[in-house]
Amino acid sequence: MDTLKESPSPCSSRHNSPRPAPCEMPATVGIEAVLDQLKIKAMKMGFEFNIMVVGQSGLGKSTMVNTLFKSKVWKSALPGPGVPTPQTLQLHSVSHVIEEKGLKLKLTVTDTPGFGDQINNDKCWEPILGYINEQYEQYLQEEILITRQRHIPDTRVHCCVYFVPPTGHCLRPLDIEFLQRLCQTVNVVPVIARADSLTIEEREAFRSRIQKDLKSHCIDVYPQKRFDEDPNDKILNSKIRERIPFAVVGADQEHVVNGRCVLGRKTNWGIIEVENMAHCEFPLLRDLLIRSHLQDLKDITHNIHYENYRVVRLNESHQLPRGPGWVNLAPVSLASTSAGQVTTSGPSKAHKRAQEEPKYEF
Amino acid sequence: MAVAVGRPSNEELRNLSLSGHVGFDSLPDQLVNKSTSQGFCFNILCVGETGIGKSTLMDTLFNTKFESDPATHNEPGVRLKARSYELQESNVRLKLTIVDTVGFGDQINKDDSYKPIVEYIDAQFEAYLQEELKIKRSLFNYHDTRIHACLYFIAPTGHSLKSLDLVTMKKLDSKVNIIPIIAKADTIAKNELHKFKSKIMSELVSNGVQIYQFPTDEETVAEINATMSVHLPFAVVGSTEEVKIGNKMAKARQYPWGVVQVENESHCDFVKLREMLIRVNMEDLREQTHARHYELYRRCKLEEMGFKDTDPDSKPFSLQETYEAKRNEFLGELQKKEEEMRQMFVMRVKEKEAELKEAEKELHEKFDLLKRTHQEEKKKVEDKKKELEDEVNNFQKKKAATQLLQSQAQQSGAQQTKKDKDKKNPWLCTE
Repeated sequence: MDTLKESPSPCSSRHNSPRPAPCEMPATVGIEAVLDQLKIKAMKMGFEFNIMVVGQSGLGKSTMVNTLFKSKVWKSALPGPGVPTPQTLQLHSVSHVIEEKGLKLKLTVTDTPGFGDQINNDKCWEPILGYINEQYEQYLQEEILITRQRHIPDTRVHCCVYFVPPTGHCLRPLDIEFLQRLCQTVNVVPVIARADSLTIEEREAFRSRIQKDLKSHCIDVYPQKRFDEDPNDKILNSKIRERIPFAVVGADQEHVVNGRCVLGRKTNWGIIEVENMAHCEFPLLRDLLIRSHLQDLKDITHNIHYENYRVVRLNESHQLPRGPGWVNLAPVSLASTSAGQVTTSGPSKAHKRAQEEPKYEF
Repeated sequence: MAVAVGRPSNEELRNLSLSGHVGFDSLPDQLVNKSTSQGFCFNILCVGETGIGKSTLMDTLFNTKFESDPATHNEPGVRLKARSYELQESNVRLKLTIVDTVGFGDQINKDDSYKPIVEYIDAQFEAYLQEELKIKRSLFNYHDTRIHACLYFIAPTGHSLKSLDLVTMKKLDSKVNIIPIIAKADTIAKNELHKFKSKIMSELVSNGVQIYQFPTDEETVAEINATMSVHLPFAVVGSTEEVKIGNKMAKARQYPWGVVQVENESHCDFVKLREMLIRVNMEDLREQTHARHYELYRRCKLEEMGFKDTDPDSKPFSLQETYEAKRNEFLGELQKKEEEMRQMFVMRVKEKEAELKEAEKELHEKFDLLKRTHQEEKKKVEDKKKELEDEVNNFQKKKAATQLLQSQAQQSGAQQTKKDKDKKNPWLCTE
C-alpha cells in the first residue's frame, strides 16, 4: 500500500515507484472539502479570458461578439458610411469586466479590422502572429523575473475565432494559409459566418468540404485531436469535431416571436432566431467557448502553446519576431554554441589529442 | 504593413451589464473538474522526538493504517523518511506524502538536528526550481514534493518549549508552514494545559517564530479560522484503537481511570486540527507554500547565482543576458581547465618517458654484463672440456696398448691349456 523511500531524494526518483492502489476510506477525513476550497479561491481571484476574432470586414465579427456575451462589447458594431475601411491591418483590443452570479470575468476581445481586405493580402497573418507572440513574450518576461507577482496578468490569446465567408464552395487560399499558420500557435475555432445565406443542405455540403480541406492540409483546429486525454474527452470532442465549423448567425436586436423575446434578425421572409438550434448553430459555439471548454482553452494555451513558444524562444531567440525586452543573442550565441559544442566533449577530445602526441614524440 | 494596436489603459476597464444569461458561471466547476481528474498532492512533514506519537496521529488523521515500524532510539543522526500514499474519497484522489524525522532529539549533541530537515525542504524546492527552469518542461503533470505543512510536535512537559524546539522552529519558519501541536495531550490536566498553551504562544512570539496564520481574509472561512486560531497550539491525542462508548465504536485510549475520546472536543483538539489542516485550509496551505515560501527560495537562489532584475543603471536586465554572461564565463573556465589538463598530461608523459629511458639503459647494461659473464664461463668450460678430452685420449691409448698386450698373452696361454684339457678329458676321447 505504501512505498518506502529513504530521503532526501528529489521527486524524480519517485516517478518510477509502482503506484500503490488507492485505498477507499469512510468519508470522515474530509478530503473532498478541498474542491470547495478551490472554488472559493477561484471565485475570489476572478477569471480572465482573451478572445480574438479574425475575418474580413462585413462578416459580422463584432455582432457575434456582442451576441456571445450578451452585451455591447463594441460601442458601434457597424462602421458608418463615412468611415473609410482601414487601409492596413490594425488590431484593436477592448477589455471589460463582466459578472455573473458573483463570478467576475475579465474579458478581452481583439478585433482585426482590415484582415484580408486589401488587394494584395500577402503575409496578412504576420501582424496577428506578431501580436499573439508578443503576448507570450510579455508573460515569459514576467515569469522569469526574480521577484515576480503572485498572479501574472494573463493577456495571452486563449481562443481565435476565424470567420469563413459563406461562399458555399470550399476554403479559399487565404483561409488555408492563415489557418495553417495559426493552428500551431493558438487555439483556432473556425465558424461559417452569416450562415443565414445558406440553406440547410448547402450548409452541410459546405461543412463537409471544409472538413475535407482541413484534413488534407493537416490543419488541427480546436478541439485538437492530439490533445485528447481520457476516453470521455475523446467522445465529447469527436462529437464537436463532427460539427466544426459551426454555422452561426449573430444578432443583437430583440424581436418578439410567439410571445417570447428572442435575439434574431428580421427579414421579409421570416425571423432568424439566433438561439434556435434549428435555425443556426450559435448555441453550440457559445456552449463550446463559454459553458464547457473555457477552462480547457486556457489550459491548452498555457500548457502547450505557451510552453512551445518558451522552448523556441529560449533555444533560438534570434529567429522569432521581436517583442519588448527582446535581446539580440544571435552573434554571441552562435559563437558560444560552437565553442560550447567543442568544449562539452572537451575532456574526452583532449585526452585523445594528448594520447596521439606521444606517438609522434616517440 | 503597419500594425497599430489600440488598447485602453487599465483604468478604462468598465463593467459591462449583461442582458441575459451567458453561462460562464460554470467556470469554477470546469476548473474543479480539471483538478479532480489530475488529482491533488499534499505533503506533510512531521517533526518531533521519537515516540511522541507522530505515526499514530497520522493514522488517526487519515483514518488508515500506514504500515510502519516504530523507530529505535539509537539513530546516530536525524534522518528523514518519506512515504507516499494514494487516498481516495468519493471522486477526489489525493497523493499524500508523509515525511518523518527519524531520530530527532535522540542524540546527545543536538546542534545539527535541524540541518537534515532544512536540507530536505530545500532539496524539494530545488527540484521544483530545476523543473521550472528547464527548457522543455512539464509543470502541469509534475509530482509536487514540496512540503505544504509542517506539524511540529511539542512534548507535553507542561512547562515551556525546549530550546531544541525553538531553534528548529526558528530555522524552519521561513521555509514551510509550521503548525505547532502538543502531542500526547492526555497527560496534561485541563488547567495546566491552558497555562502551557499561553506560555508556548508567548515564547513563540517573543522569539519571533512565524507560525502559519490561518487566513482570515475570506468571509466564508474567516470566522472559523479566527475561532480556531485561539486554540493554538492544538493539544491532540492520537489513537487507532476503537473503544465502545455508549453504543458506538469510537477512537479512544482506554485507561483504568477513564477513556480519552479522540473525537470529543472537550477531551482534546484533534477535531480542530483535522478541520484546520484538511477541511478548511488545505488549498491555502498549498498556495502559501507555492506563492510565499517557494518564491522566497527561488528569489534567494537566483540572486545567489548572480541574476538581478535591474542593473545599477536601473535598466531592466534580461535573464538571457545574465545567462549568456555566465555561460561565457563557464565556457572560459572549461577551456582553462582543458588547457591545464592537457599540460599536466604532457608533463606526465614526459616524466614517464624519462623513466622508461632510464630503465632501458639499465637493462642494456645488465645485458652486457650478463653477456660478458656468460662468455667467460663458456671459455672456462671449453678449456676444461679440452683438458678432459686430452685425458680421455691418453687413457684410451693406454688402454688400447694394455689390451693388446693382454690379448697376446692370453692367446698363447689359451692354446696350451686347450691341448691339455683335451687329453685329460675322458669323455672327449670316447665320443
